[in-house]
Amino acid sequence: MQLFPCPFCGPRDETEFHYGGDAGNARPDGADVPVDRWTNYLYLRSNPKGAAREVWVHMNCGEFFVMERDTLTHKVLSSADLGGGHAA
Amino acid sequence: MTRRYSALSLFKEGLAGQTGWKQAWRSPEPQSSYDAIVIGGGGHGLATAYYLAKNHNIARVAVLEKGWIGGGNTGRNTTVVRSNYYYPESVELYGLAHRLYEGLSKDLNYNVMLSQRGMVNLCHSTAEMEVGARTVNAMQINGIDAELFSPEDVRRVAPIYNFSPDARFPVFGGIWQGRAGTARHDAVAWGYARAASRLGVDIIQNCEISDFIIEGGRCRGVQTTRGAIRSERIGMAVAGHSSMLAAKAGFRLPINSYALQACVSEPVKPILDTVVLSPGTGVYVSQSDKGEIVIGGGLDRIPSYAQRGNLPTLETVIAGLLEMFPIFGQLKLMRQWAGIVDVVPDSSPIIGESPLPNLFLNCGWGTGGFKAIPAGGTLLANLLATGKHNDISRPFDLDRFASGRLIDEAAGSGIAH
Repeated sequence: MQLFPCPFCGPRDETEFHYGGDAGNARPDGADVPVDRWTNYLYLRSNPKGAAREVWVHMNCGEFFVMERDTLTHKVLSSADLGGGHAA
Repeated sequence: MTRRYSALSLFKEGLAGQTGWKQAWRSPEPQSSYDAIVIGGGGHGLATAYYLAKNHNIARVAVLEKGWIGGGNTGRNTTVVRSNYYYPESVELYGLAHRLYEGLSKDLNYNVMLSQRGMVNLCHSTAEMEVGARTVNAMQINGIDAELFSPEDVRRVAPIYNFSPDARFPVFGGIWQGRAGTARHDAVAWGYARAASRLGVDIIQNCEISDFIIEGGRCRGVQTTRGAIRSERIGMAVAGHSSMLAAKAGFRLPINSYALQACVSEPVKPILDTVVLSPGTGVYVSQSDKGEIVIGGGLDRIPSYAQRGNLPTLETVIAGLLEMFPIFGQLKLMRQWAGIVDVVPDSSPIIGESPLPNLFLNCGWGTGGFKAIPAGGTLLANLLATGKHNDISRPFDLDRFASGRLIDEAAGSGIAH
């Protein structure tokens, strides 16, 4: 069992967490967003091998946060809250 | 010298002390250019090369594999072949694969050990039975064999299932596909490799792509660990590593890569002669011809490129297995492993030209690529040869994510990702 660091609760079992997508994938704003921007936001993913910056949710406390992780070694590099309610 | 495999050649080689067998496929040095390049020496890549040569008379083809052929997901799956899908587009696709599998041993002159022992997807409640009936109806309307099983039918094909009154996942019935079964996964890779090589295809192992050669906005070849290789037609069939190659080509895909685990027990005497899937536990089980119990489950829910699984998922799978088959509590697990699967939001594959002209995609098969190998190969070969979709591949183009015309088999046939 791997431990993931929740910025609010500390290290907890990996099974308490849920993956929420690429960090920095901000929802397009406004009335005339072109199709390719919607496609980008909704579907296209970086899916890196190695260092990744991802949004996770700790399902026990319900908080979303950003975790930096290596997708090949599964090593966690950092975790931080989203900061002031801004989109990651 | 034995080239064609047959009972007679086996007999002759027996008399000759097994000295006449030839290497099954050639391992040539790469040439500087080809009529077509296929990246990825798994089942889909090797099948693509074979059908390019066989269906389209294009035999100056190279298959480039960074490791050894069949060493990725082709050698890591649970070997199930089936076509119990919901949408007509999927039925065309997986139905084609299923039919080709049925004639594959003969076509390739290589025994892929297809064993059509049937598969039952269990229904654990009245509601699931209603959905099961809908699935069976859809399959029958689309021309795929399917039967709605009663609890007695399930008991007939899988008598060792947990039918006790206090079972956590009781059996209300099931969806039966009698033509489903298993095939020898390595043999599929080796059979395609041998047949392709005999038609002139160069299979080049230990040859990793470091970059694409892009000139005038088109893909014109690849830089590899064994030098530059040029072609005007490049297909990629690299499963979980599709996003990495896409990044080198300058675009992104709607794919997340996850580890999918499987495991096998020690071999035991024949006890389970069909494939059983329980949506309640998310576990599916079959027994290999060698006697091992082959166990598969759901994805590890952590995006990963590590070809190993995490313990919590394995625990869930084993717990589910024992709920389904308490008799397996005595079994010893022999091996556990994982493959990296390319999961797409609508659980359907991506087949078509990439945003980089001349580069064609065969990816996004998620947890179900093995059963589709003959179709994936046929369709990518058609794209490489003609530059155009046919009716079967057209709905699976990458453009469906912009148009919103998804083929959502997670909703349609209950794929659990």
